[in-house]
Amino acid sequence: MAEERKMVNIYIMGKHYKVPYGLTIMKAMEYAGYRFVRGCGCRGGFCGACGTVYRKPGDFRLKVGLACQTMVEDNMYLTQIPFYPANKATYNLEELTPTLSTILQYYPEVTRCLGCNQCTRICPQELKVMDYIAAAQRGDIEKVAHLSFDCIMCGLCASRCPAEIVHYNVAILARRLYGRHIAPPAKHLAKRVEEIKAGKFDEELQKLMKMNKEELQKLYNARDIEP
Amino acid sequence: MKIPYFPGCTLHSKARGLDETTRGSLAALGVELVELPEWTCCGTVFPLAQDNYIGMVAAARILANAAKMEGGKLATVCSFCYHVLKRVNYAIKNNPEARKKLNDYLEENYGGEIETIHPLEICKEIIGLDAIREKLKRKLKGLKVACYYGCMLVRPAAEMNFDHPENPTIMEELISALGAEVVEYPGKTTCCGSYQVLNDMSLVKQKVKEILYSASARGAEAIITSCPLCQFNLDWMQEKLAEENNGFSKVPVLYFTQLLGLTLGLPEESLRLDEHYVDPKPLLLGA
Repeated sequence: MAEERKMVNIYIMGKHYKVPYGLTIMKAMEYAGYRFVRGCGCRGGFCGACGTVYRKPGDFRLKVGLACQTMVEDNMYLTQIPFYPANKATYNLEELTPTLSTILQYYPEVTRCLGCNQCTRICPQELKVMDYIAAAQRGDIEKVAHLSFDCIMCGLCASRCPAEIVHYNVAILARRLYGRHIAPPAKHLAKRVEEIKAGKFDEELQKLMKMNKEELQKLYNARDIEP
Repeated sequence: MKIPYFPGCTLHSKARGLDETTRGSLAALGVELVELPEWTCCGTVFPLAQDNYIGMVAAARILANAAKMEGGKLATVCSFCYHVLKRVNYAIKNNPEARKKLNDYLEENYGGEIETIHPLEICKEIIGLDAIREKLKRKLKGLKVACYYGCMLVRPAAEMNFDHPENPTIMEELISALGAEVVEYPGKTTCCGSYQVLNDMSLVKQKVKEILYSASARGAEAIITSCPLCQFNLDWMQEKLAEENNGFSKVPVLYFTQLLGLTLGLPEESLRLDEHYVDPKPLLLGA
């Protein structure tokens, strides 16, 4: 006799469903009949499209996860937050200076931070969001860039902020300023560009261009793969 | 010895001179300030409403984090930061409701054990003025200095418990030890106009004028303070006062730590004497 599959109870926007244990939230919603047209992207935990908040009965804490990465648990009350409205500045990076005044010019609201730490508490990437906003407030752009490096721009921080800061847009401005104006240019990249320009790889490329499909497949299958 | 240190946002931007000369001077005197690994803005303004706990959350977290470090103290030099941290600490220690609300929210168990300490207190009470005298590389040789405290360091007296609220002398004692001649004047604890510089320039101009004229009339060649906002108001406004009155003579406005650093022989560039509106270099370095 086939073993009966264990089922769990979940609540999607308040409506009860029984779904098989072991699914991700995203798969469980699809099992329940939802079809994702938006709020779903890479399904690999990188694109930030499937931010989800949930609570479980008896626990006041708001929990958070990416729907494509988080397993369903019994009695989850789920809500998708695929998008959150955000003030996004437009600028010409080349013309900016990597200073506190640039940050304050485009996002003056960072100084409204109260230090409540809700942004850090909700971040599904477990970033120190409040600390990078604190660094932004004092013009430490390099620190913002490093602390925010793994941000997937899901927007959950902005959904919780009493000061109405859009943290991830401040962070991407800081990373752009850092990359363009602060970090030293990578020497190996400049060297490689020179090599390409000088035609170092032309012969190899020509060889590849002349290969037929079978030869290419053989070459591809025999390639070095990093461990 | 090592003391945990909260610099404050302004000391990482506009008031780098205050940060560098505070760290540098105390290091030369054998006290290492250890910056907290993570810190936010202190909140800048202590909430006027007693139960505005969200306005105290940031400072409470900073204090609770400092309590996890060695030393039992937290040093901070900006008058605003010192004011907010000390008053929030006082609230946590003396107001059971504040203590419970803040600890519940932060999920900490902090009872106000940290002693918030100002570098002026470190100089006088921990290092000692005699020990400082011994380490001086040069003296200020009768430089006439007016000490300016403003509001934030000394009031409200019960909570701040910092020297005398109306007639503090701790800065004068230090500056005398450095060889300066103290200028007594009535304006040292009046308000400079503070944040009103954003709303009502004329108010601040009037306040600054009173303070500067009062100090200058008694022969002050320099004014010292520990507050980045007082420093800015007193310094920046002099250009405007000079435009109005041809006879106005400018007075450099310095951080007390810059004079301390100068006499302890810190490298000239770390004193950051270039970052002032009224150039103090001719007076201090004999340009």
